[in-house]
Amino acid sequence: MMRYSLPRLVGHALRDRPWPRAWRKATPRSHYDVVIVGGGGHGLATAYYLAANHGVRRVAVLERSYIGSGNVGRNTTLVRSNYMMNGSTQFFEFSLKLWEGLSQALNFNVMLSQRGQIVLGHSPAQMDGLARRGNTMLLNGIEAELLDRGQVQRLLPYLDYSPAARFPIAGGLLQRRAGTVRHDAVAWGYARAADSLGVDILEGCEVSGFLLDAGGVHGVQTSRGRILADRVALAVAGHSSQLAALAGLRLPIESHLLQAFVTEPIKPFVDHVISFGAELFYLSQSDKGGLVFGGHIDGFNSFTQRGQFPKAQGVAQCALALIPGMSRLKLLRHWAGIQDMTPDGGPFICRTPVRNLYFNGGWCYQGFKATPAVGWCLADTIARDEEHPLVRCYGLERFAQGGASLDEYGHGHWTYRH
Amino acid sequence: MLRIHCPLCGERPYTEFRYGGDAGKHRPVHGAGGIEAWHDHLFLFENAKGPHREFWQHVQGCRQWLIAVRDTATNIVADVALARDARGLEPQGPGER
Ligand SMILES: Cc1cc2nc3c(=O)[nH]c(=O)nc-3n(C[C@H](O)[C@H](O)[C@H](O)COP(=O)(O)OP(=O)(O)OC[C@H]3O[C@@H](n4cnc5c(N)ncnc54)[C@H](O)[C@@H]3O)c2cc1C
Ligand SMILES: [Zn+2]
Repeated sequence: MMRYSLPRLVGHALRDRPWPRAWRKATPRSHYDVVIVGGGGHGLATAYYLAANHGVRRVAVLERSYIGSGNVGRNTTLVRSNYMMNGSTQFFEFSLKLWEGLSQALNFNVMLSQRGQIVLGHSPAQMDGLARRGNTMLLNGIEAELLDRGQVQRLLPYLDYSPAARFPIAGGLLQRRAGTVRHDAVAWGYARAADSLGVDILEGCEVSGFLLDAGGVHGVQTSRGRILADRVALAVAGHSSQLAALAGLRLPIESHLLQAFVTEPIKPFVDHVISFGAELFYLSQSDKGGLVFGGHIDGFNSFTQRGQFPKAQGVAQCALALIPGMSRLKLLRHWAGIQDMTPDGGPFICRTPVRNLYFNGGWCYQGFKATPAVGWCLADTIARDEEHPLVRCYGLERFAQGGASLDEYGHGHWTYRH
Repeated sequence: MLRIHCPLCGERPYTEFRYGGDAGKHRPVHGAGGIEAWHDHLFLFENAKGPHREFWQHVQGCRQWLIAVRDTATNIVADVALARDARGLEPQGPGER
């Protein structure tokens, strides 16, 4: 791999030559140690850490479309580690720590911007909840600052503090290390780094079946032929149920649409990531100047990748309740991604009842910020054939065992009410 | 926008309805069946990519529960019936033990 550096940049500016491809166009081999299905952020990160941390070199990532076509290129790019449920708190903090060193590790600028995230509270009860969340973080060694109304107003002067505000702002919880990451760069950076360690990235390669026998899985059927593998891992985001069904598994997952929205570009004025406390709504400003925001899933399971219009109205109402000054902004684009939703809102990273088949999915809203930790822990789980300690809370059996405790909102077993 | 043809009120936008999930699921009979039957009923989903039988309640119309067949890959609704006609009088479904 050609290392990126300042001298290289200058050298290339002087010579009139295109940059080399960031990763090879590989052709499938007949056999691999590990085949990973799905070339999103999770699959690519897993391949990279398998090679980098465990020395597993004969690894292939099978992507039915092109790299970056899935949710890794569709999300709103927020990263943070202010989760309250035990298990998730530690997992997401581990992920944030990996983000902090990722550009160096990959020799690729993923543009981590630790601009700070503020979760707003609108009532004394909500402030109590935020204090509890902040204390949980502090107990886990994660910095958190509880802000009163005046402190929020100094940081976010453009919110609605008028007496007419529909949801008066009582305060907020600030995590300074939270922020955004350039999502495409994450896919490209992991792909390039994995490729340089010998991982084959096979685009346009759709998995349509598994080669199964009494000993478990020993390969996959693809649109580019049969590929044998000692171990197979699934990281297909919104299509987990479809792939698992090919291996005879039913999952606690339904697929739903989540939409994202971006306005026309304007001068920088939102310096942080803001989460509304009165609804599920979050907003940040991109480097190009567009305000990027999102809200709830559409509310019924679907694979169409086309969102429903009333959601655009819903998020616009949230935006105006929060920042009245946005009322004249035009919406530039909106799009949807297919997302696994689980009964408790938590994901899965685990072995499966099928030997040598490993599963990562059920990522609901929070899979992008988890990307480095997913890769690290799934690679470890595959290499050792045992769940990494940080993901023991993310097993498929947790509902059967009772006491599933990852549910940050307490919605019960419905996937579509999250 | 997704529109659903209510057998009583006609074609209406989906925002008038409350979604009720997979209608192919059958609740285990109380007392019968082990904890596994309840686990599967509550927590496992077919999650079909294609035709999906599902409940909708016309909360801002006639308030009837309906069963629609919607293709989840296209959102095209092929068929809608009153849930009590489509399901209420059925003998116990295959999932009921
Ligand atoms: C609108 C939106 C906003 C979001 N915002 C955030 C956010 O702010 N913060 C956050 O943490 N998370 C966010 N998420 C969630 C996050 O994007 C996902 O959880 C995460 O990207 C999923 O992992 P991935 O990158 O591997 O998925 P993907 O990029 O979707 O990768 C899965 C890949 O599998 C491939 N595939 C599927 N079936 C097959 C097959 N049969 N054979 C081969 N390949 C197959 C797909 O083509 C796809 O490329 C958001 C999601 C959406 C949709
Ligand atoms: Zn009606």
